[in-house]
Parts: sequence; structure tokens; C-alpha cells
Amino acid sequence: MSVPRHFIGRSVPRLEDEVLLKGSGRFAADISFPNQLYMRVVRSSNAHARIISIDSVAACATPGVFAVWTSDDIQDIPPIDFRDPAAEALGPYRQPVLANKTIRYVGEPIAVVFAEDPYLAEDAAELVEFNLEELLPLRSASDQPGEFEEGIGSEPLVLKSAYGDCQAAFDTAYAVIELDLTIGRHSAVPLETRGALATYDPQKDLIELFGAAKVPHRNRNTLMRMLKREVHLHEGHVGGGFGVRGEIYPEDVLVCLAALRFGRPVKWIEDRYEHLMAANQSRGQRHVAKVAVDAEGRVLALDDEFFHDQGAYVRTHGARVPELTMGMLPGPYQIPSFRSEAHFRLTNKTPAATYRAPGRFEGSFVRERLMDAVAEKLGLDRVEVRRRNLVSKEEMPFARPLSTLGTEVVLDSGDYALLLDKAMERFGWTEASSATRRRRMKGESVGIGLGFFVEKTGLGPTDSAHVSVNRSGVVEIITGGASLGQGFETVMAQICAEALGVDYTLISVIHGQTDRIANGIGAHASRATVMTGNAVYAAALNLRTKLLDSAAALMQTKAAMLDIVDGQIISKENAAGPSLSIAVAAGDEGLSAEGAFHVDHMAYPYGIHMAQIRVDQGTGAVTVERYLVAYDVGRAVNPKLVEGQIVGGFAQGLGGTLFEEFLYDDQGQPLSVTFADYLIPTLSEIPEIDILVTEDAPSPLNPLGIKGAGEAGTNAVAAAIASAIDDAIGKPGAVTKIPVTPQRLMALLQD
Amino acid sequence: MSERFVLRVNAQERAVIVEPDTPLLYVLRNDLGLDGPKFGCGLSQCGACSVLRDGIEIRSCVTPISAVSGSEIITSEGLGSEPKSKALQRAFIAEQVPQCGYCISGMMIAASELLERNPKPSTDEIKTAMNGHLCRCGAHLRIIRAITRAADESEPA
Repeated sequence: MSVPRHFIGRSVPRLEDEVLLKGSGRFAADISFPNQLYMRVVRSSNAHARIISIDSVAACATPGVFAVWTSDDIQDIPPIDFRDPAAEALGPYRQPVLANKTIRYVGEPIAVVFAEDPYLAEDAAELVEFNLEELLPLRSASDQPGEFEEGIGSEPLVLKSAYGDCQAAFDTAYAVIELDLTIGRHSAVPLETRGALATYDPQKDLIELFGAAKVPHRNRNTLMRMLKREVHLHEGHVGGGFGVRGEIYPEDVLVCLAALRFGRPVKWIEDRYEHLMAANQSRGQRHVAKVAVDAEGRVLALDDEFFHDQGAYVRTHGARVPELTMGMLPGPYQIPSFRSEAHFRLTNKTPAATYRAPGRFEGSFVRERLMDAVAEKLGLDRVEVRRRNLVSKEEMPFARPLSTLGTEVVLDSGDYALLLDKAMERFGWTEASSATRRRRMKGESVGIGLGFFVEKTGLGPTDSAHVSVNRSGVVEIITGGASLGQGFETVMAQICAEALGVDYTLISVIHGQTDRIANGIGAHASRATVMTGNAVYAAALNLRTKLLDSAAALMQTKAAMLDIVDGQIISKENAAGPSLSIAVAAGDEGLSAEGAFHVDHMAYPYGIHMAQIRVDQGTGAVTVERYLVAYDVGRAVNPKLVEGQIVGGFAQGLGGTLFEEFLYDDQGQPLSVTFADYLIPTLSEIPEIDILVTEDAPSPLNPLGIKGAGEAGTNAVAAAIASAIDDAIGKPGAVTKIPVTPQRLMALLQD
Repeated sequence: MSERFVLRVNAQERAVIVEPDTPLLYVLRNDLGLDGPKFGCGLSQCGACSVLRDGIEIRSCVTPISAVSGSEIITSEGLGSEPKSKALQRAFIAEQVPQCGYCISGMMIAASELLERNPKPSTDEIKTAMNGHLCRCGAHLRIIRAITRAADESEPA
């Protein structure tokens, strides 16, 4: 069978799958080194307390225990730093590697035990005792701010952004609508818990950390600053990231430091109970939002004051989540004037950071709840209100006087109205509207809803890639990207194959290895396919030129007369004539090329979620009967992978909308610490969903026209389902808080 | 006190000397070098650790080694040597099921057990069989399709 010419745009099988299916993946826990020690973290069981003393004598005396550390043992290690420059005001709120004087959440690392085997380490950790003075916990970001510590308040930042004349718009509006909306705390909860394994080589004076993910190069830089040593990070298989894994946590620093000090490999694997109280949590916002509208339902101004529950410390992201909430809040709509104020507040809960569609899941819920409320207030159709407010195709690129992730918000391309038409037709919105109305008249609680959103993808500024072919004809791509299970290797190989003219299955893809390429920004912010993909494309085109030049000399012709098909260099005019393999053209030394890609602005894809749901009037359970995600991705490298990302993102969004919540009691004790109380959706809850991927608005910002796909499925789930629940129970505006658990829905039914 | 246990794992007789209450998962991973089964929760709530014991799926994280002494154990590494599980592997690739792949070992075990006792399962039967397996990448729908595809492929002509 001949190898096809084009690889971009085809749903080819993944390169990653065979290894995974045979159980041969190498996840963090699957890696071991001879003579390794095992680390166990001793965690706080109090939400807020002053440490008076720690007694580790009994733990230290246990046979097989190598060492026990408390904060006294690591005084030279600074708190965990921000990845990007952050507001100076956040500095005092960074997390120390081990709690120093004060404990601020249940699960906070207070001490660590190193032992010869993991069972011993866990048993000895139970013997570490504390003398604590309990303090009152800060429980809610909506309460008046308290003290983080003496003289330092619990609200380090109030973020503000505004444009236009909001006040005038509200003063003269036809109507003003205000909502008070809450998004519960939930998070990624990947199926693989976190893990880290560090080694130290005294000859090279080098620390190596295995179990890295997401942003290995950036984390290397942070760890080198903290440890003042050369550090390399290595990413293996990663059991799901979704924003949470791959940030620097205390455990990553501790295994590195221990490997350095002990001269032995040190391994740490998190258990599930730890994960649910130690890994970053997310969402957790309350919004008091209002819009001013004219008589036709056009939004004149949007004003949103919100309260962000940051938890106990400010971690690597700084204030990124509320910044994103604010910058992306207007979504696909015109919104001529805007004001937002975010209260960034600390509480005594697990620290918060990014989770798939950070800030957008929250913001889309708020914005789309407002649009529904406008429709209700003015007696207009929910779809029509949205249509009247959309930014038009002719206005693209559309610059908003807002910024997010350090870049100005410039919507690069899009035809929002066209996608709305396509989504309505595909979903059969009008028919579904009548059909559900008829069923409601017969007594069922069934309804439809929608959420419109804009995503942001392809965060720059720069990615580079190295592509080589050796004398055996093996093609290798070295990137600074990262693979979290999204199909990174397959996509990079497809892009390279397209540019080079070789079969994608013959290409090996390196990612997440800081010793193989100087820089990289990893895989987050739906950036990898856009940024790393375009860098690989550039590098592969450069290598193609070199191969053709080399072949032209050998074949005594001009490079312009040659083409590469299936790894063979052939004459364009006489494809059946003499040919040369790329292996021969590469010569004994092989050939390689670099490529880079730079952007100043992100690419903004967009989409619509439409849901049809049924409420069980006896139990309050919500069943999703039909669901559509329509999404313009600019250009899909592997459509099936894009669909997989969307379905997976939807499943997570559904969890946060209906089931998942990190609850805490009045003492700050976490109540969601096993899979029995933190409910992620299973096969029973995930419906068949329809996906419409369009390519109507390729990004003008990169040669391949690509926009990212990682977060579209999550973004507007709460928005669409809330809208559908309102419709089903005949109570417009009823849903003001997610997750809409059966208990909350029963309360709404009885209101 | 450690004791000696003998079991057949992936068609080979293996002996280990461990405490009787050691979870089978740790014996497989730490003593027998089989990393296919994964730790997900340690409480039998996710299915990442599933293996076959005498053809029946069990959760190895909550199964003490003493309870499976003398049993025939199959892990995901042991699948793929006969036509049915080979068809399952092909179907999982064709349907592009795995994303991160962490749940896949347990999924393959549960799916192969299902097809062994029910060669032509309905969608509802697949859902019932696979429901106790968590996947955070949201590959659920593709898992159903892959199992159906494998069943169709294995059907005698």
C-alpha cells in the first residue's frame, strides 16, 4: 500500500497506543533505580494551626528509616516560586516546602520520612507527633477578608479592568439585570496520582527529576533557582494532566533535595487520599454580575465583581485564574463597556490553580446565565439575544481593551453567526424546542439550553524544534513540548510527515526532556499543537530543503525539480525514474535543521454547547438526553483526536456541573477525599454526544491556520446545562450555583 | 511474617516471599516486575489495578496475596497472545480509545473478561460491565465502540 501524501487533516491511528495497550507504558511509579529511598509526607490534619513543636524521635528510631525532615532541616530552601513574574504583593503568600510555624490547610506537608521501603516510610510517618495551637479557619472568599498571618491580610490583590463608560450605560439602560452566581470547587483529579523520582550524580553535580510533566523546562528553571544546582527533568508517560499535574509542588523539591543530600535516588508516589487534598483544586468563585441592556436586548455594559477562593497559598500560577476569568468574560459578544473587579482571597483550603478551561468555565457560566436572564427579562428568545450581541465576521480581527496571560485580547478570526446557524441545524434546535415543550405539557421536566464561548489557545511567545534524519533514514523530532496523553507525538509526527514527505509512523518524537533541547514551554493553555506544531513544521521544511539540496547534487539536477514522497526523493517530472532515499541524501553524518515559531497574540477558537436534559422530579437527578459541541478549530491536524479532546473535556465539565465538588466542613476539614465522595462521571453518566468540528476560521497568526482544541469540551458545559435545567423545570434563572447536585435541584423544584 | 506463595502469572509459575496481607497489586508491580496493573485509588473504586483471577476480574489493590495463592493470574501484559484479546487491542487502536492510557490496563482486563463470557454484548451489557472503571480522559464512548468492534471482528464467519 502506498503511503499517502498528506498527513494533516487525517484521523490516523495514534503512535502512542500500542505501548499503552500492552501495559508497557512507563509512568512515574513504573520507574525505579537501584538503592532508592522512599519518601512519605507527613500531612496536617488541621486546617489552621500554629506549630509549637514536632516530635520525630520515634519515627527516626524506627529500623529502616533513613531520615526525617521538618522545616528546620530545609531552612536554606525558599518557598515555591511563581513560574512567571507575578505581582509583588503575592510574594508572602507562596507555599513553603514544609510548613514553617503555621499550618494552613488539611494535607499541608509538615514533615517527610525517608525509608528503605514504602511500607516502612508510611508506618514511620504515623509516629511523627505535633504539638499545635489551633486557629480559626478562613472558610469562604465571600466573607470579609481576615488575616493570612499577623499584619498580612487574606486579600493580597484586587484585580481590576475596565473599558468604555460603564456608569453611563447603567444610568441610561432600558433594563439592568443582576445575578449572584457560584461555581463550586472542583478539579482535574487525573487517574494517575502524582509521582516524582530524583537522582543525583556527583560526578556531573547534576540532579535529575523523573515524573515531570506539562512544563519541564520552566520547572527546571524554577528548581535550579531554588536548589542552586544543575537540574534536568524527564517526562515519561503521564496519566492525565488537565492543568494540575506538572506544576511544582513541595514533593518535587523534596525528592530533589533529598537525592542531592543523601546521594541516593529518592522516590515518592502520592496516594489518592493525598491527591484529593494536596494537588491543586480549582474554580471556586462567586460572581455578583450585572448587565445593562437596551430595549432590543443588546448588552451595553457588563459589570462583574467576583470573589476567587485561592485556598491556603498562592502557587506557581500566581493570580492567573481570576485574570483569565476577567479577560475572557465578554466571550463572543460585543460588550461595548465593561468593568470587572476580582477579589483574590486566601482561605484555609487546599491551594487553587488552573484546571482545564481555567477562568473560562467559570466566566462562560456567568456570561451565559446573564444572556438567558436578558432573554427572560425582555421576553426574547434565548438564541436571538445571543445573535444580536455577537461580534461579526466583518469586525475581525476584533481587539478588546483587555489582556489575558500577558497578551492583549485580539480575537483573530471567526464567523460566530455562521457557527450558530450550523449548530442550530445540527442539533435541530427549533424541533427540539417544540418537542420538549410538548413533553413538558405532558408532565415531564425536560428542556434545552445553550452556551456560546470563545476559547484562547496557542500561548506564545516562542517555540523551537529540531528535526533530523540519520543515515538509516530515521527521523527524529526534538521539541520543548510535553505529552499529557493528548496525542502530542502523533500530531507532531503528522505535521512533520506532511512537510517532509515521509510516513508519520517512522518518526520518533522527543518531548519533556530538558537535556535534549535548551528551551521549551511545554503543554498547557491549549498551546502545543499551535506553537510546537508550527515550530516542527518550520524545522521540517528547513530539513526538506537540505535533503533536496543534498539529493540534487547526488542526482545531478536542481533541487527545485525534486520532491519527497514516502521517504524517497524523486523527480517531479519523472516520478517513476531514479530516486534516492532520504537516508542516502542525509549521508553518513545525517542532516538536521532547526525551526522556530513566534507569536505575540493568542489564537481564539470558538464554539457552542447545546444540551437537552431531563430532570427526575422524584430524585433531582439530571439525565443528559442529547448534547452537541460545535467548535471551530481553524484547522484540525487529526480530527479524531480533536473529537476525543472535546468529548473528554465535556466529561470533565459535566462532572463539575452536576457531581464534583470539594466540600469542607466548618473546621476546614475536607469532605471529598475518596472516589466515593468525589464523584467523577462514569459510563452511566456520560451520554453519546455529537461533535461538529468546523474549519471556517483558520488562524491568520500561524502558517498552518491551527487553533487549539484542548479545552473546548469543558468551557461551556455548566452554561448550557444550567440553561437547559431552567427550561426543563420552567423556572428561568433558577440555577445560580453549580454543581447542580440532586439535593440542590430538589431544593430548586420545591422553591 | 513473610511466607512463600506460588501462583501462575501470565502462564508462568511464579513464587514470591511476602507478608500474607500484601496486596496482589504490590506483588505484581514490586516483586514480579509487572507494571501493567496501576495504582489508582487503593480502595477498589477505580479499576486501574484490575487483573483476571482464574478468568474473573478482580481488583488487585484490595486482594491480599494470601487469597490468590495457587490461582491463575492474567495482567494486561498477558493479553494479546490469543485471537480474542488481540482483536480487542486492535479495536482499541482503531477507535483511538486511549488518551493518557492510565486506565487502559484495567479496561482491557474488564473488556476481555466480558467478551469471554458474553461474546456479543449489547451496549447496555458493556456499560454494566465497564461501569466500575474510571477514566478521566473521557474515553468511555470509544470504549463501548471498541468492545463492540472487537466482538464483531471475533465473530465466526
